[in-house]
Amino acid sequence: MSFITELGLYMAENYSTLLSLTLEHILMVVYGLGMALLVGVPLGIIAARYEKVAPLILSLTNILQLIPSLAMLAILMIYFGLGFETMVIGLFFYSLLPIVRNTYVGIREVDPSITEAGVGVGMTALQLLYKVQFPLSIPFLMAGLRVASVIAVAVACIGPYIGAGGLGKEIISGISLQSDVKIYAGAIPAALLAITADLILGKIEKNKKQRIA
Amino acid sequence: MIELKKINKVYDDGFQALKNIDLTFEEGQINVLIGPSGCGKTTTMKLLNRLTDYTDGQLLIDGKDIKEINPIELRRRMGYVIQSIGLFPHMTIYDNVATVPKLLKWEKLKIKERVKELLTMVNLSPETYMTRYPSELSGGQQQRIGVIRALAAEPSTILMDEPFSALDPISREQLQDELVRLQKEIKKTIVFVTHDMDEAIKIADQIILMKDGHIVQKGSPNEILANPVNDFVREFIGEERLGTTVSLPPIGELMRKNYLSISTNLSKQETIDFMVANQVSELPLVDEQGGYKGVISLYKALKSKQTNLVELADQSVVTVEETTDVNSIMEQFLQTNPIIPVVSEQNKLVGVLETSKLLDAFHQIFKNKSGVA
Ligand SMILES: Nc1ncnc2c1ncn2[C@@H]1O[C@H](COP(=O)(O)OP(=O)(O)O)[C@@H](O)[C@H]1O
Ligand SMILES: [Mg+2]
Repeated sequence: MSFITELGLYMAENYSTLLSLTLEHILMVVYGLGMALLVGVPLGIIAARYEKVAPLILSLTNILQLIPSLAMLAILMIYFGLGFETMVIGLFFYSLLPIVRNTYVGIREVDPSITEAGVGVGMTALQLLYKVQFPLSIPFLMAGLRVASVIAVAVACIGPYIGAGGLGKEIISGISLQSDVKIYAGAIPAALLAITADLILGKIEKNKKQRIA
Repeated sequence: MIELKKINKVYDDGFQALKNIDLTFEEGQINVLIGPSGCGKTTTMKLLNRLTDYTDGQLLIDGKDIKEINPIELRRRMGYVIQSIGLFPHMTIYDNVATVPKLLKWEKLKIKERVKELLTMVNLSPETYMTRYPSELSGGQQQRIGVIRALAAEPSTILMDEPFSALDPISREQLQDELVRLQKEIKKTIVFVTHDMDEAIKIADQIILMKDGHIVQKGSPNEILANPVNDFVREFIGEERLGTTVSLPPIGELMRKNYLSISTNLSKQETIDFMVANQVSELPLVDEQGGYKGVISLYKALKSKQTNLVELADQSVVTVEETTDVNSIMEQFLQTNPIIPVVSEQNKLVGVLETSKLLDAFHQIFKNKSGVA
């Protein structure tokens, strides 16, 4: 029996387990990214508005991303215990940098003449932000979200080490059982997830950009 | 009315951009700030909507000190057009034009009416353009939108910083013409920055010529052209403009008001008799209401079998309006008929320019000038 058919058969037989692992994987990523957006966008805006705190915010988020993923998760485990939530917090920390940085850059990159037009017609600082600067920074934000989502899908694969589920479960048990089939059965959906997220977000980014250019 | 009294402006880096500026922008006029790059035109303009604050002096708007006016409110009642157009690229043309009315919380219906009215005013069909994005418009169209965005909330004052300088020459001329036409309807106080003397002469009621942060000369285009105060002004105006434009009287002065004319009531024979008796070969034809109907030529009247005067009249003769710039018709009257009918906007005959008399006038002016020089 060829490897491909073996893999196909295995995936067909364990289809419902694989599906629920995939769903769990997606959930972890979505929660992590969602939290990162909620916190990261305001941080990026603050950094863009107040030049003085920008280096502080940017280097803190940068440091977070420099911690090796396994080490970060292990540390988080000490405080938050085993499980799904700990993984979500880890993904949140990991996605923060691309989102904060891209929001910051996006707002700073807005053409000064457009900002001047906004101020000149009588917008308040807040109106300028939500009517002009933020909408114009969305293509950058989407680019950041895209990078973050690919990283998050990958990092989420080590979830089982800290008691979270996801496709990592299949891959890691494949490693310990020395089963190539199991490894692939976990890795292929994980890779597909990353590619899909990349494609969809890339498309949205391009659409937004076209209009603005 | 906007008054600047002894205004000085020193930037944070210690550079003094404005020196003791005393200036009044008259109501309902186009005031043009002109001067070489870096002379302080933009700085002066930005004082008016508080994008910049002056260091000392006083700035009054309708008698009120500008520092007592909330800058946000001030900006909403002053239109602002910037050189780089500055449309919001993520908003439709509708939303761009509606920006200030929306900030002022106008009713939706009123905003829509207003946007349509403005687009029509600059010859852009609302149906076609309202839903488009700025990137889908040509440069000239974009700057029209920039101008009507500034007009949207009916501000009493409009600030325009080199609004047409980034456009190609044809669009620029068109927009200048439109601005002059528009201003006749809207009568706003316009402060217009440019470094282009042709533009200034074309549109200005008052020209303020600046250099190195101070005012060198101010006055109407004619005043400045006729009496440049020093070499800098002369040089800035350019010799050839000084040569041609100075003190040519307007058409209204050159034309003859009570020139003979033929009434459409007359018969053909009466017409011929009348022309022969008065020893003229061409006369304008008018109807009972004074409406201009063409030019009757004696030669043609004698030769043609046509008895209907209106049919007989030559409709192709060039006419001019009283307000037409004399210089622009030089070529026309040098090559065409012995008379040029002058008509009103309603195409009523108001007088006649005789080519021979006109040439005499020009010779006279030329003689006087070379006599002085
Ligand atoms: N923010 C600023 N800080 C320091 N100098 C400035 C600033 N803005 C303008 N200037 C200087 O002030 C002078 C007048 O500038 P501006 O009013 O923009 O000139 P322009 O007549 O070309 O519009 C220039 O020499 C310019 O370099
Ligand atoms: Mg300037």
